[in-house]
Amino acid sequence: MADLASTFLGIQSPNPFWLASAPPTDKAYNVNRAFEAGWGGAVWKTLGEDPHIVNVSGPRYSAIYGNDRRVIGFNNIELITDRPLKTNLDEIRQIKRDWPDRAVVVSVMFPMNKETWAKYVPMIEDTGADGLELNFGCPHGMSERGMGAAVGQVPEYLQMATEWAKDAANIPVIVKLTPNIANILPPAKAAKDGGADGVSLINTINSIMRVNYDTLTMYPSTDGMGTHGGYCGEAVKPIALNMVAEIARTAETSDIPISGIGGITDWRDAVDFFALGASNVQICTAAMVYGFKIIDDLTDGLSTFLDDKGMTSVAELVGRAVPSVTDWQHLNLNYVEKAVIDQELCIKCGRCHVVCEDTSHQAITQSVNGERYFEVIDEECVGCNLCVSVCPVDGCISMRHLADGVDPRTGQDIPTEKANWTMHPNNPMRKQP
Amino acid sequence: MPDIRANRLSREDIDSNFGDLHPPLSRPEALIEADRCYFCYDAPCTTACPTGIDIPAFIQKIRSNNIRGSAHTILRENIMGGMCARVCPTEVLCEEACVRNTHEDKPVEIGLLQRYATDPVLTDGTKLFARGEATGKKVAIVGGGPAGLSCAHRLSMLGHDVVVFNRDAKTGGLNEYGIAAYKTVDDFAQKEVAYILSIGGIEIRNGIALGADVSISQLNDDFDAVFLGLGLADVNSLGIDGEDMAGVENAIDYIAELRQADDKAVLPVGRNVIVIGGGMTAIDVAVQSKRLGAERVDLVYRRGPAEMGASKFEQELAQTNGVSIHHHAQPLQVQGPNHVTGVLFEKTVMDEKGDLCGIGDTFTIPADIVFKAIGQRLKDDVIGEESMQMQRGKIVVDENQATSIGGIWAGGDCVVNGDDLTVSAVQHGKLAAIAIDHHLRA
Repeated sequence: MADLASTFLGIQSPNPFWLASAPPTDKAYNVNRAFEAGWGGAVWKTLGEDPHIVNVSGPRYSAIYGNDRRVIGFNNIELITDRPLKTNLDEIRQIKRDWPDRAVVVSVMFPMNKETWAKYVPMIEDTGADGLELNFGCPHGMSERGMGAAVGQVPEYLQMATEWAKDAANIPVIVKLTPNIANILPPAKAAKDGGADGVSLINTINSIMRVNYDTLTMYPSTDGMGTHGGYCGEAVKPIALNMVAEIARTAETSDIPISGIGGITDWRDAVDFFALGASNVQICTAAMVYGFKIIDDLTDGLSTFLDDKGMTSVAELVGRAVPSVTDWQHLNLNYVEKAVIDQELCIKCGRCHVVCEDTSHQAITQSVNGERYFEVIDEECVGCNLCVSVCPVDGCISMRHLADGVDPRTGQDIPTEKANWTMHPNNPMRKQP
Repeated sequence: MPDIRANRLSREDIDSNFGDLHPPLSRPEALIEADRCYFCYDAPCTTACPTGIDIPAFIQKIRSNNIRGSAHTILRENIMGGMCARVCPTEVLCEEACVRNTHEDKPVEIGLLQRYATDPVLTDGTKLFARGEATGKKVAIVGGGPAGLSCAHRLSMLGHDVVVFNRDAKTGGLNEYGIAAYKTVDDFAQKEVAYILSIGGIEIRNGIALGADVSISQLNDDFDAVFLGLGLADVNSLGIDGEDMAGVENAIDYIAELRQADDKAVLPVGRNVIVIGGGMTAIDVAVQSKRLGAERVDLVYRRGPAEMGASKFEQELAQTNGVSIHHHAQPLQVQGPNHVTGVLFEKTVMDEKGDLCGIGDTFTIPADIVFKAIGQRLKDDVIGEESMQMQRGKIVVDENQATSIGGIWAGGDCVVNGDDLTVSAVQHGKLAAIAIDHHLRA
């Protein structure tokens, strides 16, 4: 049985699954329930200065649904904690005392002056918390006041505030990054340069969910008016994975420990983050959609997976897929795949045919000898994976590698050596061999 | 003494027995079911639908909460999409073709979704179709059933004036008189007729019978075109001793009486009932007899379950309602002497040539009532036209429903390719209307 015990920046937890700083970690009652359910740690909902901020007393959340109203994407406009600082600090102290084996990290957000950070950081440290997470990511509300994403979007500010936090702190400092930027590397680098012990990402993405079709006003609204919120949930995972992988595969940032966040719903999502370079993961939306009980599948599924892979710890998995991530220009253009439809599994829905016909390369039949029959025309197939992506039957369409011989599409021999765009004759910027 | 009486069951039981066989889907149920549709290309369900409804399209519109658009997608191909949603044997049509059968052996509930999409439009009388620009042409339609009404509605959409000559007191044909009551509750058949007629341009003349009150040649003279959508009014006979005895009845007559009864509890029903036949009418009369309180209902069919006209679902419906189905037995004699007391049957087998033959093994089933449900045919001489090409007692038509006589089209149960389904009759009427329109504009 693999050992899920986790150490991130020296912070111990019985498993690598922490609740992200968000509504589920707003107060002791919730965190107690989470720890009872088996969560490895919690990042306390972001603390700010007193007097505490206030939240709207109307809709804070909305969702985008898949089949059967399964929540695929989620949006929130809740701000940081709306309770007095002392209340939070007292509860954090008690929680850490009651749950010494769990990770308790405190998220913080303060205005851009050193004195404020110097005043509050020691008060938080005094609770016995295991670490600090600097919220430079929230895209709504607080960013209008020069905090959250407003800091995270300017690497110089981010570095400055990180330095203030590090100056005042003795416990590890994690910088939480916003995805609302063009390139994740400069803020990650700034965090490192500011002395951060690690980064966590992603925070939520600027978003408006939809309009109300009756009133033709933004939905959801507060008394008829709405504001953009932060988008999260399963739908954002690919965005998060890319940013995690970018940090993990770039020489200047690859040594920064990463806490992965963004749409993790079951253990497979966590495997994605670990394999692409995260050392632990944080989760919010899945808990807000299904409750804390999901921790059972997360831990059990991950443990079983590690056993199946012959791994004894999560550490063995971390970063395993990072070497497989590269730039487009380095992809082997001599590599040829063709789709193959398993006729035993095919239910003849024809979706592969119509999408290939309408939007791709006209490489799938709709009938053979007058019978409804879907098969790949190798002479047309560019191996794009569209049919695999849309087929409703798991495993029915797969990709087959043509290692040698002639590619029926081009009529050319498939070269055995690799060749990429940097050396391609059509590339005016090619490097001469 | 035959034991035939009314009020065998309490009023509550009767009400419950004649409530909706398949209650409508709630909104959550409909959305969950709609999500199961794969939106197939060149969808097999659409190919399987005799009227060619674009089923994935209407289901997608349910998903996007475009219910009116969904109803339009259905009704533009099949103006009786509401009734068909209730009575179509979907298990041998669209739902049999559903690719989910291959994936998981459970098709999308297309019939129930179709009802979900069309019910609001019919309940609210939402106008989805408009009369076309008037052509000044007049078309006579004989028969106010599915074929005739479908033809009338399409002709009106195309701008023609229509007069429907209908034998019965009410419009609707078998939708009104022939279908089991629990499949079309709350007077749905009349609501649908009203919706169809609301397009305008359709005059209904009820109580006018072809042959007796009006002739084909007269209609052909008086109108620019004629469509024959008449039903099969005569019942096939068993051809056995005692067939005329009291207590031997036509299933279709009893079903019609039941459909028209405001209070079904007062309908007399036998303690022991025999139904002879294997089609939908046989199942309908058997199940309804049981639901009226008959103690024992025996349905006897001379061939096997695969040869029955009733679908597997219908056969199982009969069985779960407590009807005993006897296969491979043919009636020899109705036993009496004054009123039926039972029927003598003989076991049958199929010989090498596929012909049915008795094997001499006989048995008697007791009965207070015997229902004959072995098929119907056109009333003798109802056509009254020597030159009308007929085959096995039905009208021969081409792929556009044109008969052998110029200016006359036909569809529904009265034509050779008629198959006793509302949905096929609707398609015939639609095709004929399009052909008539081409003819009138030529």
